[in-house]
Amino acid sequence: MKSYDIVIIGGGPAGLAAAAAAKKSGIDSILILERDRELGGILNQCIHNGFGLHTFKEELTGPEYARRFIDEVEELKIEYLLNTMVIDISKEKVVTAMNRQEGLFEIQAKAIVLAMGCRERSRGALNIPGYRPAGIFSAGTAQRLVNMEGFMPGRKVVILGSGDIGLIMARRMTLEGAKVQVVAELMPYSGGLKRNIVQCLDDFGIPLKLSHTVVDIRGKYRVEGVTIAEVDTKGKPIPGTEVDYECDTLLLSCGLIPENELSRGMGVEIEPVTSGPVVNESLETNIEGVFACGNVLHVHDLVDYVSEEATTAGHNAARYVKGELEENRGNEIRLIPTGGVRYTVPKTIDAGRMADELTVRFRVGAVFKNCYISVYYDDERVAHRKRPVMAPGEMEEVKIKKENLASYPNLKTITIKIEEA
Amino acid sequence: MYDIVIIGAGVSGCAAARELSRYQARICVVDKEEDVCCGTSKANSAIVHAGHDAEPGSLMARLNLEGNRMMEELSHELDFSFRRNGSLVLCMSEDEMPALQALYERGVKNGVEGLQILTGDEVRKMEPNVTEEAVGALYAPTGGIVCPFGLTIALAENAAVNGVEFRFNTEVETIRKSEDCFELETKNGTIKTRFVVNAAGVYADKFHNMVSGTKIHITPRRGDYCLLDKTAGNLVDKTIFTLPGKYGKGILVTPTIHGNLLLGPTANDIEDKEGTNTTQAELEEVITKAQRNVKNIPMKQVITSFAGLRAHEDGHDFIIKELEDCPGFIDCAGIESPGLTSAPAIGKFVAEILRDKAQLQEKENFIAKRKGILDPKTLSKEERSELIRKNPAYGNIICRCETISEGEILDAIHRPLGAHSLDGVKRRTRAGMGRCQAGFCSPRTMDILARELEIDMREITKSGGESKIVVGLDKDRL
Repeated sequence: MKSYDIVIIGGGPAGLAAAAAAKKSGIDSILILERDRELGGILNQCIHNGFGLHTFKEELTGPEYARRFIDEVEELKIEYLLNTMVIDISKEKVVTAMNRQEGLFEIQAKAIVLAMGCRERSRGALNIPGYRPAGIFSAGTAQRLVNMEGFMPGRKVVILGSGDIGLIMARRMTLEGAKVQVVAELMPYSGGLKRNIVQCLDDFGIPLKLSHTVVDIRGKYRVEGVTIAEVDTKGKPIPGTEVDYECDTLLLSCGLIPENELSRGMGVEIEPVTSGPVVNESLETNIEGVFACGNVLHVHDLVDYVSEEATTAGHNAARYVKGELEENRGNEIRLIPTGGVRYTVPKTIDAGRMADELTVRFRVGAVFKNCYISVYYDDERVAHRKRPVMAPGEMEEVKIKKENLASYPNLKTITIKIEEA
Repeated sequence: MYDIVIIGAGVSGCAAARELSRYQARICVVDKEEDVCCGTSKANSAIVHAGHDAEPGSLMARLNLEGNRMMEELSHELDFSFRRNGSLVLCMSEDEMPALQALYERGVKNGVEGLQILTGDEVRKMEPNVTEEAVGALYAPTGGIVCPFGLTIALAENAAVNGVEFRFNTEVETIRKSEDCFELETKNGTIKTRFVVNAAGVYADKFHNMVSGTKIHITPRRGDYCLLDKTAGNLVDKTIFTLPGKYGKGILVTPTIHGNLLLGPTANDIEDKEGTNTTQAELEEVITKAQRNVKNIPMKQVITSFAGLRAHEDGHDFIIKELEDCPGFIDCAGIESPGLTSAPAIGKFVAEILRDKAQLQEKENFIAKRKGILDPKTLSKEERSELIRKNPAYGNIICRCETISEGEILDAIHRPLGAHSLDGVKRRTRAGMGRCQAGFCSPRTMDILARELEIDMREITKSGGESKIVVGLDKDRL
């Protein structure tokens, strides 16, 4: 059996940044396993610009952003295998994978970085009633067909869900010559970034109907039309509000689901809110030496944050291999999301193991205007930051400083909540 | 001129074709769709019923029992997935216990073996996720689950290998009886045949009524289903029914042969024979009723929902016989549940009728065995590596969710009656049937189909006809 110090599952933005960080932290024996035909992951089909504003202070396209990291991985001479599917990871960190050249093979790893990304929620998972004709695509599948294969999935389009891929595809389909009639969103707020609503819908005169959903799909062979209705506060369609749209295509952008089948298979504990692994301050899962980052950990809206998070995971994986990551002493501080905060990543902090500054990322569960992000050390409020607008579609963060924690040796919990005043 | 034309490439038609292919005869199966198994046979509960439901003495009762008994051997002979997992019919109130007792007695009369009435506690010991409301159950150890596509495709492939022709995209529009034969007008010309087998599912009344003065009437009885991810597949081991009511067997909860969890069906009589749309109300009914019988169903794990139509004939029995007022025309009509279970017996029954009527002679070179698409997951690691070494396509995973390789897809395309659409590939290999519902693999499967069938990507369909996946090139209308 071959062995590597660190095996990275997935060669998208998370895997690439984790690999580069691990290498720069002094580990030579690294292998990236990528199931697709090239590195870069989903960025390869994201041909629009707007990537890298935080990381490179430039506006790059997805492939350009990926290229920077791929070049770095190449320069660092990090090994990778393409067209290689990981089918199992054992608790003992034996990775079973397969590809055309080597057949089915096993690799023993000392540390593993989970960076498998996410998949789109399908029509079935949404339980949308109606027929099941051709012409129903998840937005990402349509994006691949248009941007990588050069094919039009349809001419007259309705989009359900205002996630970022859906918004981006509304613009893309329009630019390629399709008519995008409407974007319907079940929730009373958009799931995507504000800038994408402006640049992809408003600029093209595409209406966004909040609190609306698809209640029927017509067409035996190819989509012939869909019916959209308004929903009440519980998300139930309101009778009498139905409007029929003639269209040949329905795109779905209704959420992303971290792909944690391999993680579950090896016994990694999963957080129900994010559907990603439960991790500590080192982005380490409940299995020692197994780290997670990127969209497999929690769904991000900006790749810059994926790269940042993955850098931390890769660095910590290297520390673990070198024996520098102190043993988890069990006296961890629990992070408690409440009052509008849905979750936090990480979920626990061991002050002894943390870096000088730790970024805690989270999402809110509703739109909040002119509210405060408050941080409590046990019962004491230690931070209170005003935000003009917070929305579920935009990830938030707070920074925790190691030096501050030093004055709270018996700290049990850190609570993060949204407050009106 | 054919000796026999079978209208309908569903499970009944394919079973008849396979049994008839034992004889020396020119046989053709015609279907309006692009593939076998596109109607009722593809969207049902995938259950092999034990046989306690049908009226004693009915043809349904007889063929159910026979079909159930034949299924295991047939699954070995034709290499499709089948498991005898057993079934439970739950009784949800003490008042209904007499009805459960009556069902037991009916089952015994029908010849079902091993039936047992269990107490509520015994049921929950067997199936811990059955709700507290269940006060008892009828346990049928002979109940089973089968892959409906696998069964139908296996029967069809074996029939094809034994010389049966299949004509797809060939809708029969009219049937004329002349002196010595039937003339079937189709979009693709006239087909002449001495005998007709009417296995047209929900359309069987249409063809019957074209040639007979004694009319039959088939109601498409729609049933909605929800299919859950494999992570939910172990919630129950046995198929969980509830006592039959006015509208059939109620909502069942069952593992599928491939390890998913299936809930359904509703029962809604409709007019439209193509009305396979799900509805909000019926999906909700599935979810609500299923949770009455089984607890802890993770509804967030639903990966798809679908609706199927049962071909319900007014008389509620299988009609399998030669028409009295139209000799040479054999009905195989009213094949609703337990039609899938009965299929092997239906095929045999139809073949026996025709053997006698048409005086068919057995072939000497009938090939009884068929090998299915190799599933590398059934191999040891060493065997799998060896397979990939010999044929690297087996090392190229196309469908991530179900871990289906290019090798399996190539086999599905190139074998007899091979796949030529995304659904065709899906039903043969399960590529696209997993939790992402073909989001990742459909563009890659399309590439393979285009390459192997030497057609343009724009010609590739989901399920034939107008179901094209892509409609043009980027910017082609600008």
